[in-house]
Amino acid sequence: MLDPAPFERAAAVGLPAAGVTHAPAARFEWSRIPGVAYTLAGLCLTFALAAKGFLDPANLANVGMQSTILLMLALPMTLIILTEGIDLSMGAVLTVASVVLAATVVGTGSATLGLCAALALGAAFGFVNGALTAWVGIPPFVVTLGTMGIAQGLALIVTDAQSIVGMPVTVTWWYGGFLAGIPVPIVVAVLFYLATHALLYHTRFGTYVFALGGNPEALRLAGVRADLYLVGVYVLGGLACGLAALVLTARMSAGHPTAAIGLEFEAIAAVALGGTSFEKGNGWLFGSVLGVLTVGVLRNGLNLLGTQSAVQVAAIGVLVIGALLVDNLRSRR
Amino acid sequence: MSAVAGVVQRRDWSGDLKAVGYRLIAVAALCAALALVSDAFLTWNNVLNVLRQAALLFLLASGLTLVILTAGLDLSVGANVALSACLAGTVMKATGSPLLGTAVGLGCGTLVGAANGTLVASLRIPPFIATYGMLWVVHGVTYWYMAGSTVHGFPAGFRSLGSGYWLGIPIPVYIMSLFLAIGALFAQRTTWGQEIYAIGANPVAARLSGVPINRRLILVYTLSGAMAGLASLIFLARLNSAEGDIGESLTLPAIAAVLIGGTSLFGGVGTVGGTLVGALILTLVLNGMNLLALNPNWQPLVTGVIVIAAVCLDMLTRRRSRA
Repeated sequence: MLDPAPFERAAAVGLPAAGVTHAPAARFEWSRIPGVAYTLAGLCLTFALAAKGFLDPANLANVGMQSTILLMLALPMTLIILTEGIDLSMGAVLTVASVVLAATVVGTGSATLGLCAALALGAAFGFVNGALTAWVGIPPFVVTLGTMGIAQGLALIVTDAQSIVGMPVTVTWWYGGFLAGIPVPIVVAVLFYLATHALLYHTRFGTYVFALGGNPEALRLAGVRADLYLVGVYVLGGLACGLAALVLTARMSAGHPTAAIGLEFEAIAAVALGGTSFEKGNGWLFGSVLGVLTVGVLRNGLNLLGTQSAVQVAAIGVLVIGALLVDNLRSRR
Repeated sequence: MSAVAGVVQRRDWSGDLKAVGYRLIAVAALCAALALVSDAFLTWNNVLNVLRQAALLFLLASGLTLVILTAGLDLSVGANVALSACLAGTVMKATGSPLLGTAVGLGCGTLVGAANGTLVASLRIPPFIATYGMLWVVHGVTYWYMAGSTVHGFPAGFRSLGSGYWLGIPIPVYIMSLFLAIGALFAQRTTWGQEIYAIGANPVAARLSGVPINRRLILVYTLSGAMAGLASLIFLARLNSAEGDIGESLTLPAIAAVLIGGTSLFGGVGTVGGTLVGALILTLVLNGMNLLALNPNWQPLVTGVIVIAAVCLDMLTRRRSRA
């Protein structure tokens, strides 16, 4: 396309250390915060006025709980997008992981074994995505479009297009249970955010993630096995799908073959709303959390107003295209 | 590949011809294999069935080929088919006029395509993000518009567009042939077509050679949308009914057909004729799975594997030609 990036990259190769040593560790992009924060506040205000029951504590807690699964996709998606990648297979991988988890639990009665199966499957899909992207050099949106089809087909084959029901309390506790009075999914979401934050801003891995999007040539010239880190980012996304499968299965107390199809769109939307750019490794992890909440509030509010699910998705799409336009105008200025 | 040469002088198509030739051999091999394992394959009805399905897939994929030639992507074609078909169906039902319904279907597809083109060309949003966002917007609008209802029972004249025959051959096959000729002529014999190749091969060189890149990009996305509109009409005419979810499973096969047909994701390489062969290969594989009574749940899996395999093959041949 008309991407000037190759030139910038070529120019930057002359200064190989720039992208690596000056890692943008925990660099908040203050200019971006207002965008998503205003959107979130505006939506909350609108729904507080328009939708009866929106401000009920029970409803707000509900928004938080329902956003957990989305958060568990959106945070690794942020990392993937930071590397100038994308993962369109996440919704389908989450679905097939949930189905396999349910089948394993029904077969063996062990939730731990089920979680292990889901994590292994997620990691395997992540590895395939990463390997084809990093080592074969196929653009990630096509790789993950292909694996999306594979995961979708696998979910249908495993279940024969039926739901797998009969989850024991060891599984359902992960959505319906409480830990010290706090709903388990909220605890999971907070821990998941803290872990991802630490990984992105306080480890070498995170530094390389920023460099992979900002200046991969520099990374390679600095002697870093950039390809391994790129594969690692996708494996992380797959593992997150496996973990999210536990919460999803608990929430529906079943494994359903189309449960989370298309959820990757909401995750990508949350990341885009949160101000992470699809080019050049610019982004902000907490922005994605605000993006997830924006998507969650929008869905919940529209739900209270009695709107169909598909219309909610269209509204998210419009919001995302709007956010990209604003981002675009800003970067031009 | 030199884009400047592509603009200034006619390209040499012998390489592309060879690529299409290899794929035709693959088609022949697939046909032979299927004829061996299944008695039902070589029946006249089944052959016509394969052609009819390939025609629909080709129409959808032909516009997409132009988009991918510019190193872009249109993920919204399936959703576009659904919205166009639903609008065309309800309008036809309400007014009783097939002409009006056809116009609405084509118009809707074209408009969605033009919106994609504007997002990509004028607003510089990466194509897969812009069209992916458009996918979900269009999907939502379709579901809202249909509200779970189904529209069915169209005039016989309109239905013949999808299920009619002329001289024993299905009408969609004629439409496919027509658009194959138009598409191939447009891409390979017109200046605009050459400019599309040039944009994909080397956008900077194309711009420096004076190609109006934005206008050509808007053109290819609009054409892709228009072809989705046309495909939706044929789909509608064949199914004789429309509901919100009809186009959902068409995007991946359409992209697969383009990629199997030898069009490179990286732009500038490929032919519309190749896409027809790609559509034939994919249809034959899916038809073979049907004949062998394989569970249809396997179809997305197989299509996904084929997409990845096709791109891997493209990468390998590119690497070899560079070395």
